[in-house]
Amino acid sequence: MNNAAPTRGRMRLYIGSGKTELFLLLVLGLLFLTFGYFSDVFFTVFNLMNLLRQTAIYGIVAIGMVFVIISSGIDLSVGSVVGFSGMITAMALVAGLPFFVAILLAIVLSAGIGLINGILVYDGKVPPFIATLGAMAVVRAVIMLVTNARMISGLPRAFIDISQATLFGVPLLAVAWIVLTIIAYFVIRKTVFGRSVFAYGSNKEAARLSGINVRRTIYGVYIYSAVMCAIAGILLTSRLSSATPTAGSGYELDAIAAAVVGGASLSGGEGSILGAFLGAIIMSTLRQGGTLLGLNAFVMEIIIGALIVVAVLLDQLRRKQGGTK
Amino acid sequence: MSNIAEMKGITKHFPGVRALHNVDLEVRAGEVHALVGENGAGKSTMIKILMGVHQKTEGEIFFDGAPVDIKNPLHAQSLGLGAVYQDVNLALHLSVAENLFMGQLPKNKFGIVNHAEMYRETTRIMESINVNVNPRAIVNTLSVALQEMVCIGKILRQNAKLVIFDEPTALLTTEETEQLFQIIHMLKEQGVGVLYISHRMEEIFRICDRTTILKDGEKVATVNTADVTEDDVISMMVGRSVQDMYGIEHVPPGEEVLSVKGLSRKNEFQDINFEIQRGEIFGMFGLVGSGRTEIVHSIFGASKPDRGTVTYKGAAAGYKNPRRAIKAGLALLPEDRKGQGLALGLTVTDNTNMASMGQIATLGVLDNRKGTQIAASFVEKLSTKTPSVYQLVKNLSGGNQQKVVISKWLAADSEFFIFDEPTVGVDVGAKVEIYKIFENLVKEGKTILIISSYLPEIMGLAERMLVMYEGKQMGILTKDQFDEERILRLASGIQEQERSDSPS
Repeated sequence: MNNAAPTRGRMRLYIGSGKTELFLLLVLGLLFLTFGYFSDVFFTVFNLMNLLRQTAIYGIVAIGMVFVIISSGIDLSVGSVVGFSGMITAMALVAGLPFFVAILLAIVLSAGIGLINGILVYDGKVPPFIATLGAMAVVRAVIMLVTNARMISGLPRAFIDISQATLFGVPLLAVAWIVLTIIAYFVIRKTVFGRSVFAYGSNKEAARLSGINVRRTIYGVYIYSAVMCAIAGILLTSRLSSATPTAGSGYELDAIAAAVVGGASLSGGEGSILGAFLGAIIMSTLRQGGTLLGLNAFVMEIIIGALIVVAVLLDQLRRKQGGTK
Repeated sequence: MSNIAEMKGITKHFPGVRALHNVDLEVRAGEVHALVGENGAGKSTMIKILMGVHQKTEGEIFFDGAPVDIKNPLHAQSLGLGAVYQDVNLALHLSVAENLFMGQLPKNKFGIVNHAEMYRETTRIMESINVNVNPRAIVNTLSVALQEMVCIGKILRQNAKLVIFDEPTALLTTEETEQLFQIIHMLKEQGVGVLYISHRMEEIFRICDRTTILKDGEKVATVNTADVTEDDVISMMVGRSVQDMYGIEHVPPGEEVLSVKGLSRKNEFQDINFEIQRGEIFGMFGLVGSGRTEIVHSIFGASKPDRGTVTYKGAAAGYKNPRRAIKAGLALLPEDRKGQGLALGLTVTDNTNMASMGQIATLGVLDNRKGTQIAASFVEKLSTKTPSVYQLVKNLSGGNQQKVVISKWLAADSEFFIFDEPTVGVDVGAKVEIYKIFENLVKEGKTILIISSYLPEIMGLAERMLVMYEGKQMGILTKDQFDEERILRLASGIQEQERSDSPS
């Protein structure tokens, strides 16, 4: 009993923590079969690629959100940062700066917003909900002020082409999303930062008294989230061929929903990158499948809303069963 | 005396586990009945069945002479069962009166809450147990002890005939414990049956008429407490005889490793001075709130002292944060294991590696295989009972959780261990094992500072002891000066009569 049998433990761990993901995969499979059966176009390459392309942008935002939620925080500023990053990119490109510089500028400045969120939360002890709610409002207002609430167009063709490009037939947007997911999966499981996020989210005091660098961890999660938003913002601008001042509005809800459907717990210490990936794709599939079948878009939103609640409900039930000794 | 509650042949199966097997328990009206056993012996399951939280698999329950089938906690409450748990179960943001009357607020004919009556009744009930508390006071402004009294008041208002106390003194000071015992005595006089659960033998021997001992889900015996000794009860609990639990081997102390001079922190402690030698077990005793925990937190860099110096191994040790202290070789096992010691939702491996991630990482990337091996090696070394290193820590018993905390510091190669109440909520068997770990630590040349409110424990383990009272250092006693009465006098703020040379 005392000799922990690592092989058996590992198996159990994978089954244990993989439960949510497996379940989501099953749901996704069912959705695919249903939509594929009722619609002739659903299983066309064009449609599936389009699905990936549509999901990619908020899927990337959801990656950062998972980090924040595991740390028992929340980031409501994501949508505004997406818009902000798009605006910076577009302004820089219109001003004639090279791609590389424009993108770097957008990422660095967005990371700055993330840092401010981190400082407010760690040093200012402002609850994450409030700190990022403030950032959400302020950043959106800054966008409106700077752009005069007008969209910025006239972007170089080559930049717009990024979102249309494919790699071995897969849209570059989706490739970016998948690569960022893999990186985040690695960061969360295999790095000191990733484990610190879990430790802090699970028990703040225990983490501090165990010598975990709490400041760096909190700054880290909000910067990580902001950088994901920056990348999403750049890709969105390319996809829309312009930076619109309202770009990214409402993304916070989709990103939180994807993370939560994917098994993240708002009380911290729990969450899965793979789960958020599947959560995002399930929500997109419902939206797109609904459109293809000619279902009312509002009805689909009702279904998605219910899905979020049911996902958490099932998770609670599972926990209750596992919780009794 | 008649039985107020009688449980006959209670068996409880959980999926894959038999928690209770054919257990009998009877509590008489006007009796204080102790239920003892190691963690996992089935005490909690018994209470939960009685309180309607769990349903029995087999057996019968009679309450007040009639057979009952307790369906849920509300049902238990309406029958006249009440429970006071270790962690207070109150609405912290509401007033004392609102808590007492929760769910049954007195109303006038318009459906408006009759506050006057509610406050009057609350005062009457609380006064009946000699507790003076403002019924309008918000519960979270009260001390833990008063909150516990409010819990009792709530149960009394429901006219309970049987009151269960689950480790009620864990967070109380000696005086508060006395007050609680008086209340229990009053309940007894009123003919209420009391079921009392505690790890503290001296309490059981002081207030309990009879004792039922459980082991591995079965009843060992029910005895008249007056007919047996503490050792008898412990032997029945663990199934073997335990002689001198604290008999650990000390090592001759080496050079001075830690020195504290004039350490002060506003409202917490003033002018603390002591030195500790390598290999020593140094004790710190004082009642809850006497500043013990605050002192070690300051030494550990978790809070900043206002004045004074700490020197560790000859170097200044005013650590700015716990990270620096850990790097220097210090370790802290906090008093609040669940709140500060462990990340309960994470695995044994995660918790073991938490303080030493830097050692198994290259450029921030962890070698998870190595981390797992380290965790597994400490599970074996400390014989932590866990199905695997991937088990979530919240599923382990108190003693095994504590071993995981110790593993964390062993993995971090700590040399100076601060143990703040290391055996609270730990059963007897695991306590002995933890003391054995202490023995091994000092043998390996490590040093221990132990805080405990449990006098026999600290007298048995420590070689020297600092006694605290309300933030003041009352004295440092050496082993030959250890005397229960003397220590308690100091801890209650009574100065030692100094043999002064001055003329009287």
